[in-house]
Amino acid sequence: MAKERLHPKSIKDKVWHYCPGCSHGIVHRIIGEVIDELDIQGSVIGIAPVGCSYNNYEYFDFDVIQAAHGRAPAVATGVKRVLPNHIVFTYQGDGDLAAIGTAEIIHVAARGEKLTTIFINNAIYGMTSGQMAPTTLPQQITTTTPTGRDTAYHGYPIRISEMLALQEGTVFVERVSTHDVKHIRQAKKAIKKAFKIQQAGLGFSLVEVLSTCPTNWQLSPVDSQQWIVDNMIPYYGLGNLKGKDIKV
Amino acid sequence: MGEKVLMKGNDVIAEACIRAGCLHYFGYPITPQTEISHYLSKRLPELGGTFLQAESEIAAINMVYGASSAGARVMTSSSSPGISLKQEGISYIAGAELPAVVINVVRCGPGLGGILPGQCDYFQATKGGGHGDYRNIVLAPNSVQELYELTVKSFDLADKYRMLCMVMADGSMGQMMEAVQFKDEEDIQVYDKPWATNGMGCRGHSNFITSVNVNPDELEKVNLRLQAKYREVEKNEIRYEEINCENADIMVVSYGTTSRIMKNVIKEAKKIGINVGLFRPITLWPYPYEALAKHTDKVKAFLSVELSAGQMIEDVRLAVNGKSNCYFYGRMGGHIPSQKELLDEIIRILEKEDK
Ligand SMILES: Cc1ncc(C[n+]2csc(CCOP(=O)(O)OP(=O)(O)O)c2C)c(N)n1
Ligand code: SF4
Ligand SMILES: [Mg+2]
Repeated sequence: MAKERLHPKSIKDKVWHYCPGCSHGIVHRIIGEVIDELDIQGSVIGIAPVGCSYNNYEYFDFDVIQAAHGRAPAVATGVKRVLPNHIVFTYQGDGDLAAIGTAEIIHVAARGEKLTTIFINNAIYGMTSGQMAPTTLPQQITTTTPTGRDTAYHGYPIRISEMLALQEGTVFVERVSTHDVKHIRQAKKAIKKAFKIQQAGLGFSLVEVLSTCPTNWQLSPVDSQQWIVDNMIPYYGLGNLKGKDIKV
Repeated sequence: MGEKVLMKGNDVIAEACIRAGCLHYFGYPITPQTEISHYLSKRLPELGGTFLQAESEIAAINMVYGASSAGARVMTSSSSPGISLKQEGISYIAGAELPAVVINVVRCGPGLGGILPGQCDYFQATKGGGHGDYRNIVLAPNSVQELYELTVKSFDLADKYRMLCMVMADGSMGQMMEAVQFKDEEDIQVYDKPWATNGMGCRGHSNFITSVNVNPDELEKVNLRLQAKYREVEKNEIRYEEINCENADIMVVSYGTTSRIMKNVIKEAKKIGINVGLFRPITLWPYPYEALAKHTDKVKAFLSVELSAGQMIEDVRLAVNGKSNCYFYGRMGGHIPSQKELLDEIIRILEKEDK
């Protein structure tokens, strides 16, 4: 019997360019499944960032716009204001969203734009070969913090979800992880809810995904999953920060 | 015929935007063009469109990028420092081949400079501004009537070529009150946008819009295609005006505000027996090199008059190609040359040339 490759309709049948053990592929797949389940392939528009997932339109089989570094929320705003009945989401890394694009992300939240953001926090600049990100943990070694992030010198990591949850226009925020199957399921639930919040026109929704970058962390794919458990989850914490009780 | 009304330049730009069928505007406040925002913030929501005050010019131009990707006619406006911030987005718009209209009501620089009229952003507008090998169409009106007509036209050019079209005015034109004759109905061509990312449901296959391509062969091809398009624009869209150019002793080249002053200088010069021609580029890119070059054997000299330290003069020299002397006269900081200043300069140049 020929093996059937089961993949979401909203994901093209291609081989990822992502490194083994990288979370980007897992999150892409979750998004594809959610879009299929909500039956919105025809009306969804994704905004790709600058970062390792800059060309996620090679994998997503729905309309995608590639944005300048950090500007995805502004691009999404332009799309959504023209097409208010479409579902528009940004897919952004931590350098993209939490460094160069902080103004844009805060203001979509403040305006309560009916958009969804999937925030891939891998505590590093993946694409440019492992520099410190705003979300890099204290003591974490990167190519620009060779002796570890010294908070007295480099400052502290930004907790984006907490910051954006404070904005009145933000209605749903959850921090999830993809390090094991149980957490992947929870991540999918949160992402689905974030899209449904947008469908209901309630306001801005964001899901922060604690993610791996085995290549730049210089860990094996398996050890990277463990690194999330040992280091990222204790620092950032998992769970819902806003909109837990909303029923959609 | 449509109504003729007395209106302020900036208001006319805003009205022209609506008349061109553009219902989406994103901007950030900056003098001397804030009236555009005031006008559109009232009118666009009434018409079911979008007026959005962005958090910065960077955000505004990226909202334009998104709205255009979604298939809409869209505009932003700003003035010099704000246009500098938009350059990243302008380069991306060129790379992704998106239609967009940007209004630049130029003030004086560099830095925060001053809010008075300037023409010191000519290089930025016509020679690049952002990174990469790209061009924008740049239109330079010199009356409120032309602000109306060229703003409407800019949307057509943007859609036709999938390019950014900039209307470059200056503070004095934005603030000036003048009569404008509106058409009863605009002649708007609607362009198909099968490339738009407006949801694949309407077409059955997915689209993407991007300016990135890491394959050198493919990226070179993209660039060659862009260049071919720019050659096409150069062939079709050059605009200029010639006044009193037959038998001119000297050819003054100027656009926008300075070209208005020249019209009076021509009259004054006639009284003392000097024939001054005025060549006024209306498209600053594509620049009317050939049309200007036709005058090289006929006049004694060329004089570029600008509100800058001498920027368009470089294009005048390129057109003239060493066949005549090219002079420059400019004022900066928001000063506008008087008729007398200009006439004295013309007399000085002609005396020098006659020696
Ligand atoms: C304006 C600008 N500055 C810098 C860069 C270089 N750059 C490309 S990706 C990147 C960082 C991406 O990191 P992140 O957003 O965390 O994404 P990841 O690759 O980790 O998924 C940078 C700085 C750029 N492309 N544009
Ligand atoms: S460099 Fe890191 S973020 Fe980029 S694809 Fe590889 S593992 Fe993923
Ligand atoms: Mg990252």
